[in-house]
Amino acid sequence: MREELHRFFRAARGAGVRVSPAESIDAMKAVADVGFAERGILRDTLLLTLAKSQDEKQALGDCFDLFFSQPEVPEETAPEDAADSKGADSAPSENEAGDPDTPAPALGDLAQMLMSRDRNAIAAAMAAASNAASLSDIRYFTQRGIFSSRILEALGIERLRDDLDALTATNPGDAERLAAALEALRENVREVVNQALVLYGREETENLRNEILRNAPLARLERRQVEQMKALIRAIARRLRERYSKPRKRQRRGHLDTRKTLRRNAAWGGVPFLTSWKRRHRDRPKIVAICDVSGSVAQVSDFFLLLIHSLHEVVDDVRSFAFSGHLIEVSDILDTKSPEEAMSEIMSKVGFGSSDYGGSFVDFEKSFLRSVTPKTTVIVLGDARTNNLDPRADILRTISERSKRLVWLNPEGRMAWGWGDSEMPRYSAFCTVVRQCSTAKQLERAVSDIVAAYQ
Amino acid sequence: MNTQLPADSIEAVTRGLASAGYIASKQIATAVYLAEKIEKPILVEGPAGVGKTELAKALAAWRGLKMIRMQCYEGLDEAKALYEWKYAKQLLYTQILKDKLGEVLGGADTLAAALGKLHDFGDVFFSKEFVEPRPLLQALEQEKGCVLLVDEIDKSDAEFESLLLEILSDYQVSIPELGTVSAIVKPTVILTSNGERDLSDALKRRCLHLHIGFPEQKLEERIVESRVPGISATLRKQIVGFINQVRALDLKKLPSVSETIDWARVLVLLQSSELDHETVKDTLNVLLKYEADIETTIPQVSGFVAKAGRHGVFG
Repeated sequence: MREELHRFFRAARGAGVRVSPAESIDAMKAVADVGFAERGILRDTLLLTLAKSQDEKQALGDCFDLFFSQPEVPEETAPEDAADSKGADSAPSENEAGDPDTPAPALGDLAQMLMSRDRNAIAAAMAAASNAASLSDIRYFTQRGIFSSRILEALGIERLRDDLDALTATNPGDAERLAAALEALRENVREVVNQALVLYGREETENLRNEILRNAPLARLERRQVEQMKALIRAIARRLRERYSKPRKRQRRGHLDTRKTLRRNAAWGGVPFLTSWKRRHRDRPKIVAICDVSGSVAQVSDFFLLLIHSLHEVVDDVRSFAFSGHLIEVSDILDTKSPEEAMSEIMSKVGFGSSDYGGSFVDFEKSFLRSVTPKTTVIVLGDARTNNLDPRADILRTISERSKRLVWLNPEGRMAWGWGDSEMPRYSAFCTVVRQCSTAKQLERAVSDIVAAYQ
Repeated sequence: MNTQLPADSIEAVTRGLASAGYIASKQIATAVYLAEKIEKPILVEGPAGVGKTELAKALAAWRGLKMIRMQCYEGLDEAKALYEWKYAKQLLYTQILKDKLGEVLGGADTLAAALGKLHDFGDVFFSKEFVEPRPLLQALEQEKGCVLLVDEIDKSDAEFESLLLEILSDYQVSIPELGTVSAIVKPTVILTSNGERDLSDALKRRCLHLHIGFPEQKLEERIVESRVPGISATLRKQIVGFINQVRALDLKKLPSVSETIDWARVLVLLQSSELDHETVKDTLNVLLKYEADIETTIPQVSGFVAKAGRHGVFG
């Protein structure tokens, strides 16, 4: 049973629940106390000791249910049928004396098990074979074939084939039954392997998929990937929150706060028993995001806005602006509505036109330049393709002078900057940082750097 | 009062907590049972008012142990949580003992000799007499053991969590001047959190993690029954049915068990025998704590009352 628990821990890790050795020891101790008798209590116990958040409890609960519902060996014959077949089995054994080269005693273990339809024995043999094939090491769906054949081998399929050949020659009726049983067995093994993949391989599969997704260009995602990407962006936001939402006050040892020290020690006539040290306050980032939502960059802006607006704990104040032909403020829309609704509303208001950087910068200067202060980081997201209109780089310079930092994120590759109607080289002169930003990975790094600049 | 630790079965825990007026679900009972068996603290999470703090109180009442409560807040530090030196007393004693100093140092001829003599007296001023124990240290010093409740740990700073780690895993604290103080009897530790911020993995790893959500209808009825004895069965059913429907709405603050109990008490005081539209409207402020929430609920009241009434008759 201890072995079983270890495998469960491994499955739990596969389901995304972090189980440390200390926790597994706790769980072992706890299980030793409550015992295996009652399934509900066992489930509660494991949930209590292993899962450390509501999400983990959910995942672990599902994992528990899956783990302890190993596929049953299918009962392909009804009970009376089984009795019948037993009768049929005993009939040839009576004939044994008369027929000297009867195949029955020559059958291998597996064939005998299958012929006698001993479900418990088959289940036990299957479990042993799974262990022998170290099925819990399965990680990718491409390994299904190899593990199935390993298990079948461990079960003794070789011997079974020989038996089958022998039987076909001597007893075609039994051979047919055995062949059918073999087919059922294969089916069964496939099921066991599939379940093991779900249990043990989920983490790896998901990691692999996320890794691919992280490096995929955002602008060219397929529809079904968009949902996965949203989940990934949420995960990135959570990671950034965890990293940067730590308290921003830190004592600075070495600089005595004289006033505060005197005040604190007034009770002892100013004899400094307790000392106070100066604290340095760190600002939370203030961000102004100006995003191009014209056709070419819309998707990237979408994900960028989604990310930046889920960083409430980290970022003090975000104001977002979207533009293609003209510019509007979209902070309220993003804060009050669900991401999908917000994006469709923004798109219907300004989206999908041809971009006019100059005109949009004029709009920004006229109405919103006041929102840029020396504490603000301004992020412009766009491909800088001005459609040969006046780029108004002078406004960008004003913004740059007024702000703490000006970051330009460009979804196009560096090679394309400056070609055709791209005004990137002129704009980049006024930017503190210019980054390429076309994949989720680059997006994460860009936002992380922006937030880190304030720490 | 059964002070024999630990309880020998999960059912015993359920019964014990019930004797202290706390109706526990199976998960809660399992958690308490395991906490005593494998000597681990319990970290209880869940929305406000589902009985997290109450669990600790009930446990203490059942065991007949003292409950030491530490309310966490931002800026809580070891001087307030663990121990502090009695500065004023130290100062006073130095003043009083000043005269004695002459006698002690009388025999010394040189400065070095005087210093040596002083050293012999060692750390008189940093001894147990001058330590002011705060809740955590008090909990370790209880001779009969106790229930230590660290309430709303999510309100404290991240540094404070690290301070707790030593207590949670080894039931001891280190005071630099005195050495390590270990628990005489290991206290039962319960930490509560409203999930305002994520706690560190180090803390979570040392605890059993228990999530208390809103109870099922049956369980909630039993809780009301135990807390508000004078209530009729029909009214109880209607109240719980009504509240369960309110919980399905989109509200800022969903009514939790404590609100259910308060409301039941109010209705008993008003001597209403069953729910009706008017009473509910007048007493809705007991249940909901935001004006906006009340406004959202009021149009639904008639429907909810009717539904809860049907449950009361047939349910």
